[in-house]
This record gives sequence, C-alpha cells and structure tokens, in this order.
Amino acid sequence: MGVTQKLGDLGVVTTTLETAVNWARTGATWPLLFGLACCAIEYMSTQGGRYDLARFGMELNRASPRQADLMIVAGRVTRKMAPVVRNLYDQMANPKWVISMGDCASCGGVYNNYAVVQGVDEVIPVDVYVAGCPPRPEQLMHGILTLQEKIMGERIKEWA
Amino acid sequence: MAANAALDTSVTEWAGSLDDVKNLVTERALTGETMLLNMGPHHPSTHGVLRLLLELDGEEIITCLPDIGFLHTGIEKTIESKSYEKGVTCTDRMDYLAPMSNNTAFCMAVEKLVGLDVPERAQVMRVICLELTRIQSHLVWLGTHAIDLGAMSVFLYCFREREKILDLFEMISGQRMMGSYMRPGGVWRDFPAEFIPGVEAFLDDFPRRIEDYETLLTTNPLWLDRTQGVGVIEPDVALAWGFSGPSLRGSGVNWDIRKAMPYLGYDQYDFDVPLGEHGDVYDRYLCRIREMRESIKILRQAIKRLPSAKGGFRSDNRKYCPPPRAELGRSMEAVIHHFKLWTEGFSAPDQEVYVAIESPRGEIGCYLHGTGGNKPRRVHFKTPSFIHIQGIPLMSENHMIADLVAIIGSVDIVLGDCDR
Repeated sequence: MGVTQKLGDLGVVTTTLETAVNWARTGATWPLLFGLACCAIEYMSTQGGRYDLARFGMELNRASPRQADLMIVAGRVTRKMAPVVRNLYDQMANPKWVISMGDCASCGGVYNNYAVVQGVDEVIPVDVYVAGCPPRPEQLMHGILTLQEKIMGERIKEWA
Repeated sequence: MAANAALDTSVTEWAGSLDDVKNLVTERALTGETMLLNMGPHHPSTHGVLRLLLELDGEEIITCLPDIGFLHTGIEKTIESKSYEKGVTCTDRMDYLAPMSNNTAFCMAVEKLVGLDVPERAQVMRVICLELTRIQSHLVWLGTHAIDLGAMSVFLYCFREREKILDLFEMISGQRMMGSYMRPGGVWRDFPAEFIPGVEAFLDDFPRRIEDYETLLTTNPLWLDRTQGVGVIEPDVALAWGFSGPSLRGSGVNWDIRKAMPYLGYDQYDFDVPLGEHGDVYDRYLCRIREMRESIKILRQAIKRLPSAKGGFRSDNRKYCPPPRAELGRSMEAVIHHFKLWTEGFSAPDQEVYVAIESPRGEIGCYLHGTGGNKPRRVHFKTPSFIHIQGIPLMSENHMIADLVAIIGSVDIVLGDCDR
C-alpha cells in the first residue's frame, strides 16, 4: 500500500514540503488527555480495544497541553470550566486543532440554562463538530478522519 | 481559525478578604513552610473536573481542599421546566456511568408522587437493567482506578467487557449510554427477543473475566503496596459523613439499600452484601469486585423470574402511561390519552416525596415536590459522589501525594454526579 505500491522499485519519492509535513501531522496528532463529562467515557471507549483509536496514530494522550496537538472537548462546558478550557487551549503549542465532541460542547445540547456555555466555540475556535449525545465511537472516529482530511488540505502560507 | 471570544473568560475580581480563607490551610502555609499545590481541574487522575488545593509538606499532604462545581450543569433546574416524562432524559446525564440508576430513582419518585403501580414484569426488567448498570459502572471504575495506579492493561480488559453490556443496552434502548429506558410506570419497551440470550451469554462468560482481573491485581504485590492501609476511614466516621455504597461497606458497615429498604422486589432475590474490614483502598476494591459477582447472581435469578412475572413492561394506567401504537387506530380514548400525555404530560399533586435506591456508587436519592400541575416545583438529587468527595480530605490526611490518586479512585467519584 501507499508509497511502495505507487513507486514499485524506483526508489525515489517526490512530493511537496506541504504534503510531507501535513502527512506527518495527520499520522501523529496527539490528543490532550482531557475529559469533561459523559462524552469522555465514550472517548475512553474509543481508545479501548474494540474501537482502537491507535489505528489513526492517536493513541498517545498527553496530559500536558504543551505536548498535545489536538483538544477533544468531550462534554458540557460550564461557565466555571470555560476559563480553564481557554487556558488549556492557550497553553497548547501550534499547530493545534479542536474537536468539539457531542451536542453539549457543540451547541449546549439539552442544557439551555444558566450554567452551560452554549457551545465551546464561544471560548475557543473549533475545527470539527461531532454530533450525538454522546456520540458513538464511530462518530468520533469519523470526526477525527474529517480533521485529518482538513489537515491534509492546509496550505503552507497558513502555517505561520 | 480566529478566536471569537464572545464569552468573557477573564477572571473576575475576588471580593472577599484574606482573613476569610486563612482557616482553610494551616499556619505553616502562611509562613511559607508548606507548599500550596493546585491539582486539577485538568488532571488525568481526578476522574473528571475536580480541583483539589493541596497543602504539602514535602510529599506529605497536610490539608486538602476540594473545589467542586466545574461540571455544574443545572440539571435539577432544567427538570423543573420539563414535564415528568421529559425529566427522565436529563437524569441520564448526572451520573453518566449509571444512567439507569438515575432514571430509576427519578421514575420511582414520580411513581410515589402520583401513586402509580409498576407491574411485576417491569420491576424484574428494571432489576436486570440496574444490575447490568452496576457491572458496567464497576468496570469503568476498575479500569480507571487501575490505570491511575499504573496497571495499564486492566483498562483494556475492562472496556472489552463493558462494550458487551453497552451492546445489550443499545439493543433495548437504541443508545449505548444514555438510553432513558426507565419511564414512570415501567420501562420504555419490552425487551427484544435477542436481549435475554445476549445477557445469558454475557453471564456465562463474565465470571471468568472477573477472575482475570483478580489475577492481575488482587494478589499483585505492587497493587497491595499501593492500596493496603491507604485512605483508611473508620466505620463510625464514614457513617457520620454520610458515606454509602461500597465506600461505606469497605469499612465493614452492613448497609445496602437493596437489603435495608428493599425496592423493586430486591427482597426476593438471594444475594450477599460484600463487606470489608479495614476501610482502606484495598477493601473498597475487594467490595466492588465481589459486588460484580453478586450482581451476576441477581441477574441469573431475575432472568429465571422474568417469564412468570405478571403484567406488562409498563403500567396500564392510561392517565400516566401512553397507549400502545396499535390502540390509536381503534380507540378514540387512546388518541385523547396519547395527545394529552405528549402535549402537556400528566399532573402530580402538591406534595413532596423522597426515594432512595442503591446506585453503583451508593445511595442516590430523589426528592421531588409537585405543584399540582404537570411540572415539578423542586427536584433535588442526593448523590453519593458529592458526599464521598467530602471524605477525601479526611482519608488523605498525612498521606503521600501519590496515595491521593489511589484514594480518589477508591471512592469512585463521578463529577457529573457530584455537581449535577
């Protein structure tokens, strides 16, 4: 598959720097070990044996935001938690991406009340929204693959 | 990718004075002799968004101040604006590891408030769901507790078995976790034909799996070192602080609501209440492991009981439970009931009730106050995690900071359950 199939025994690969860097980034997007509520349990299931997120180069959760590339906001973001989420996002090094997992993180979900922020995009920029309450592991994986597509499409002039 | 920060995330000025909070730490902290360390709300081992302010002398914990509310969702308030049937959906998301227990506590409170009887068959069905919930909750607890103490592989095994239970839940409710399967008067639908064989297959396989977990941990010297004699809480102290569930039984207090105040016919099942002796992390671990075995016993009895249990899966009282779809084409009365129930719901008297059941974590109680109308005046949940978090400072005093992780794991807190 991949390079060997395309090249046969040529022994030479030609590509652009842009593609090479994006390819490297998609395959090793380390998520931040960060869960808020119910969705975090489904996120844990996604990392479990059956769904095996390691297939996508995502098995290495980093508890420190400094070492993480991807923040999966799994669960409802409350008004008390919102500054913390923003703080964590600010601490992550570029390039960084955000997946908003679940209805609560995406739009407040069923909790249209005084306590819950109506979507984490009020606090941090979001790349991919995953719907569901909570989303199935397959849905989260689809969100991750969508993000990988997005990363592959990034332009060199946007890197800075 | 521009940050559009519509919400003001800047920290607001604190209005209190320093004297107000001086008593929270010891004198030594004020002189700088001990160190104040912030643990959480983003920490891999606090099981959610719990923040602990620790005062440390070297690695030793002098005081520990839990700061909760990072997951306060306003669930009680939200239920107050919903009819009784719709309120069930919100309860799922409180203790998200035991949604069925929350559903049942709320539904039983509604049933008590309006005086609605639950058919025997529905009660047995609820017992089956509750015990499966207990097993899957304990599996998440075991996996995360072990991973906190460095035993990584247990997590993978536990989640392998948990997936099987989630498949069963999906079979009956269409959702893996938040099924809202319990409804006032019974359950949503009858079990599909493949459900009971699925549970039986799981029960045949599962005892062997528990032995696997025990092989990995119970006699493992590393595990014993990390858990035995750590986080001891005496039985009278645990009672005084309102502990319940396995956290209380680990100290040797024989208190299980299933036995003490039987509900859903739990008095007709033959099962034991596992008790610890020392009240440390290890005994609480053993209690939960044994509880899973007891749940298997209950499940086997419930499956045997199900075919002969009288009644349907939901009460026939049409004032509270919607008629089946087939009746709508034949009976005008059924159409009226259906319309009334799905537009405004049913009314409950202006009275207050309290119902408590045994969730995997301990006593989950629902206080419900009706208005005479279709929405409750006040809903309040007494949740075990809220109480157990109060016990963490007691248990962690004079322990090493690494033991704190074991203690947090051993009382099995869920922050959604605590903050609601």
